[in-house]
This record gives sequence, structure tokens and C-alpha cells, in this order.
Amino acid sequence: MGQLILFNVFNGLIVGAFYALMALGLSLILNLSGVINFAHGGFLALGAYLAYTTMPYIGFWGALLLAPFLTAAIGLVVERLLIRRLYGRDPLYSLLLTFGLAYILEDATRFIWGAQSLPFPIPDWLAKPLSSEFFFLTGYRLFMVALVASAVAALFFILGRTRLGMRIRAGTLDLETVSALGVNVRVLRNVNFGLGIYLAGLAGVLAAGMLGLQPTIGTSLIMPSFVAIIVGGLGSLVGTLLGGLLIGVASGLATVFMPAASEAIIYAMMGVVLLLRPRGLLGEEGRLQ
Amino acid sequence: MRVERRVLVAALVWLLLVTTPYWINAVGGYTELGSRVIVMALAAMALNFLLGFTGTLSFGHAAYFGLGAYGVGMTIKYLVPSTGLGILIGIAVGTLAAAIIGALIKHLRGVYFAMVTIAFGQVFYFMAFNWHTLTGGDDGLTGWHREPLNFGFATLDIQAHDTAFYYFALTCFAAAVGAMALLLRSPFGRTLVAIRENERRARFLGIAVERHIWLSFVISCALVSLAGTLYALLNNFTDPRALRWDMSGNFVIMAVLGGMRSFWGPLVGAAVFVVLQDYMSSHTQNWMSIVGLIFVLVVLFFPRGVLGVLRGGSSS
Repeated sequence: MGQLILFNVFNGLIVGAFYALMALGLSLILNLSGVINFAHGGFLALGAYLAYTTMPYIGFWGALLLAPFLTAAIGLVVERLLIRRLYGRDPLYSLLLTFGLAYILEDATRFIWGAQSLPFPIPDWLAKPLSSEFFFLTGYRLFMVALVASAVAALFFILGRTRLGMRIRAGTLDLETVSALGVNVRVLRNVNFGLGIYLAGLAGVLAAGMLGLQPTIGTSLIMPSFVAIIVGGLGSLVGTLLGGLLIGVASGLATVFMPAASEAIIYAMMGVVLLLRPRGLLGEEGRLQ
Repeated sequence: MRVERRVLVAALVWLLLVTTPYWINAVGGYTELGSRVIVMALAAMALNFLLGFTGTLSFGHAAYFGLGAYGVGMTIKYLVPSTGLGILIGIAVGTLAAAIIGALIKHLRGVYFAMVTIAFGQVFYFMAFNWHTLTGGDDGLTGWHREPLNFGFATLDIQAHDTAFYYFALTCFAAAVGAMALLLRSPFGRTLVAIRENERRARFLGIAVERHIWLSFVISCALVSLAGTLYALLNNFTDPRALRWDMSGNFVIMAVLGGMRSFWGPLVGAAVFVVLQDYMSSHTQNWMSIVGLIFVLVVLFFPRGVLGVLRGGSSS
């Protein structure tokens, strides 16, 4: 029993790390541009499939490095051509647009790569369990946790210590002033969108290594990411990270005690948080309006 | 002058709807398609009560639509073979869920409200999907069908005759739409529009904004559950897709496509959307891309919808 719980908590942490990676990208875009990117799951799937296609030529490590950048590049183009037009308008329109994009991306992946699931080979030494006692602790899972942790650390370094990050944070608080100080806000939003999509692409490659490839791989991850943002608190990236890990572990624990509720529990958590603390665990006051 | 035009438009709409079974075959449709338009239009108009007239963006209305659908299906399958009672229970279940969730989210606004409604919408999807013994899971709820309506003095066989079911759905539609029109013209409806236009000012005037938004949400969801019950009765079947997020998105795009600032807009949007979807799904595998393209094109080039453009002049 103890090992079962440990297994599921660890599993929950991994799943939570995915949610967090997705949700951090969503949060970045939402905070600076006020856009809920419903197509985030579609970009995640795109990242996974791009890695699949490039892997025969550049190997697993090359694909892991390149695919998220390719995804981000597509994201930059989409922002430039479509999403940019909707800044400052009713959030209804950007939500509808990204909704449509999510449809198109899912259908396109199905059209290009087929509807059936594809295998995603990972290096042999990563796929082995590390010890016979903790059979669930494969190298790949540890590797994923480490990579997500470093990606998150890098993101917080960029936001906290670089000029770009400073501008993003300032823009989140008051975009007009940032613009008046001579920062090119159009470029800033574009780069910020690309950064968010990069995280989605990275999550996609990692998820493919664990779950295999399916056109719907992104859609199943996007709803929990919304929950992660709401539980963690709108406007707080640390909150988003915390929210992702929290619902991941909660869902993992529910798998032990009541498997049927493993998905419902995260929504129950969201309900409780909204009831007791409407702005989320670490959310800022006044962000709701 | 304006009042006269409004009456004229309403008369024209009702004339078209009442005569649908007589001309729809001539233009290449079929009666069941007409019924589907009616059902989807009811859902889109109910959503628009909240979206267009209260200015609150809900992206999770499929949940209440699906609760209505499962409510009526499970009542007929497990409890009593009565269409009328099934509809009442379906609406009650949807309304109850909306009352509870509405109370949790009534003070949220804008993007945040939209996000929370999307997320809450998924709870019921997972329940329908996972609770296999009761709901049939992914395969859907089968093994039941709509029952003839028994009024005591007469029986209307809506199961055997498509046309009879069309007129039954139209009657429900008329009752719901009439109720909405009356509500919107009442002081309550005017207050909702005031909140949409300027929430802060409405608050300063002493209006209980949260309570009004909650009530508008519950009314809107109750009518969407009615649409959901009709949808299940129309198909003699329901499955988890009736309450998934893409259904919510479809309702919103119908409202926007037709024109969310006009009363009849969502009806036009639903007609266009349903007919197009019916045509596309029988002609191409990639109809999902086409639906997605409709979303993108409407947002970029047609944000005021068909009726918004036709009316011209007044900006939305």
C-alpha cells in the first residue's frame, strides 16, 4: 500500500509537471495579452508530431531540442497573422478564434500524421527502471521531472533577471506605460506568445515519450491546465506552477482510493478554492474584474 | 416605427418556422434537420440571454445542455416512460447544477468567468464518460426512445411522426423564446442590459449586480437544459459529446455568427451552422477544419454577425 501511494504521488507529480508546463505558457499569454489560448493543446500536439518527424534525421536529443523551437516559430506566425488583430477587443473574440484554431490544428495533425496512435521511441537507457524495488522509477520519468524543473527555472530566470523578462512583467502590470517608455509592445507580445508556445511544444515532446502520439494528446491536457491556473491564482506564475503540481498529486492520490474520481477531483478542488478564495491560492487582488 | 418593424420581423420568423415542414423538402432539407435547427437555435438564444443581453461570457453551456439530455434519457430509461416528466426532470437537474455553480462564479468577470465556466463544464463530461454502468460511458445512453405525449383527452405520437415532433419542439421553443422576450422587456431585463453596458454605474445605482448575473445565468442554463432534453428526444440517444467543450463553443459561434446583439440573431446563426455542418459532414472528412475555419473567419471579418451587418448603422 505504501509503495502504491508513493507510486501514485510520484506519477501525480509528473502529470502535474505537465499541467504546470502547459499552464505556465497559457498564463504568460493570458497575463500580458489577455488572451486565453485555447489552441495551446493543439500546439502541444504539433510539438510532439514535429519531434516524431524530425527524429529519424537528428535523433531523440536533436528532436527534443529542435521541435519546441519549430512549434514556437509556428506560434510566432499565428500570433503575427491572426491573434494580434484581436488585442484590446472583447475576450470573446480571441477565445473563439483560438477555439477555431484548436479545431484546425487537431484536424491538421490527424490529416498529416493519421488518426491512429504512433509509437515514440526514447533512448533505451532512459526507458529502463532504475531499481527493481521502485519499478515505476524509470530513467525517463526522472529525466522528465528534471527537464521540466530546469525549464521552469530557466523561465523564472528569464522573467526575473533579463531585460526581456522585466519588460514582460512590467507589461503585465501596465502595458500602456511600458509602451510610452519606448518598448515596442507589438514585438514584446509576439515574443511572449512564442515563449508560451515553446513551453507547449516542450511539454508535447516529453508527453509523447510517455504516452505515445495521438492527435487528441493536447486536448486532454488543456482543461487541467485551466484548472491549474484558476487554483493557483490568476496573474501569479508561481501560483500556476503550484496549482499544476497540486492538482497532479491530488489526481494521483485519487487514483489509489477512488479511481473513477481521478479526473473529477481536480474540478472539485477548483470549486473549493473558488468558494474559499475566489482569486486563487496566490492570485492578486483586483485581477478578477 | 421601430416597434412596427420588430413586429413585422417576428411575424415573418414565426411564419417561416410554422410552415417549415411544408417547404423544407423542396429546398433539399428534411424535417429532422428542421427540428435540429429549432433545438440548436433554442440553445444559442438561451446562451445569448447571458452573452448578448447580460454581457457575461459563458463557455460551458454544453454542461447544462448535456445534463438536460441525460436527465430526460435516464428518466425514460430507468424511471417512467413519460416524455413530459423526463423533460421536467432534465430541466430541474440542469437548473440545479447551474444554481450551485452560478453561486460560485457570479462575482468573476470577463476572461476569468469564461475560463471557470469552461473548466466546470468538463466535470459533467467526465462523469458521463466514466460512470459506465449508469450512462453507458463513451457509447452513449441507448435503449430508450421518446414516448407519445398523452394529454388525457388525446395522444400525440411524436415518436412515429417526424412532423409531430417538429411541432412539439417548436411549441417548447415558442414558450421559451416568449418567456425570454417578456423577461427582456421587463424591468429585470432592462437591468441586465444596464449591467452589460456599465456595470460600475449599475452598481452605484444600487442594483445587486451579482444577484442579477446569477439569476440570468440560471435562467439561461435552465432554457439550455430544455434544449438539451429536446436534443436527446430528437435523436432518441445521447452521448458524452453533448456536454463536451466543443458543443459549448458551437453555441457561442452560433450566437456570434447570427448577431449576438439582436434577439433573433442566434436563430439565424444556428440555422446557418447546422445546415452547413450537415452538408459538410456528408461531403468531406475534414469538416472539423471547416468548422474551425468558420470560427476564424467569423471573428476576423464578421464579428457583428449576419443580423448585425444587415441592420448596419448602430455599432455594437
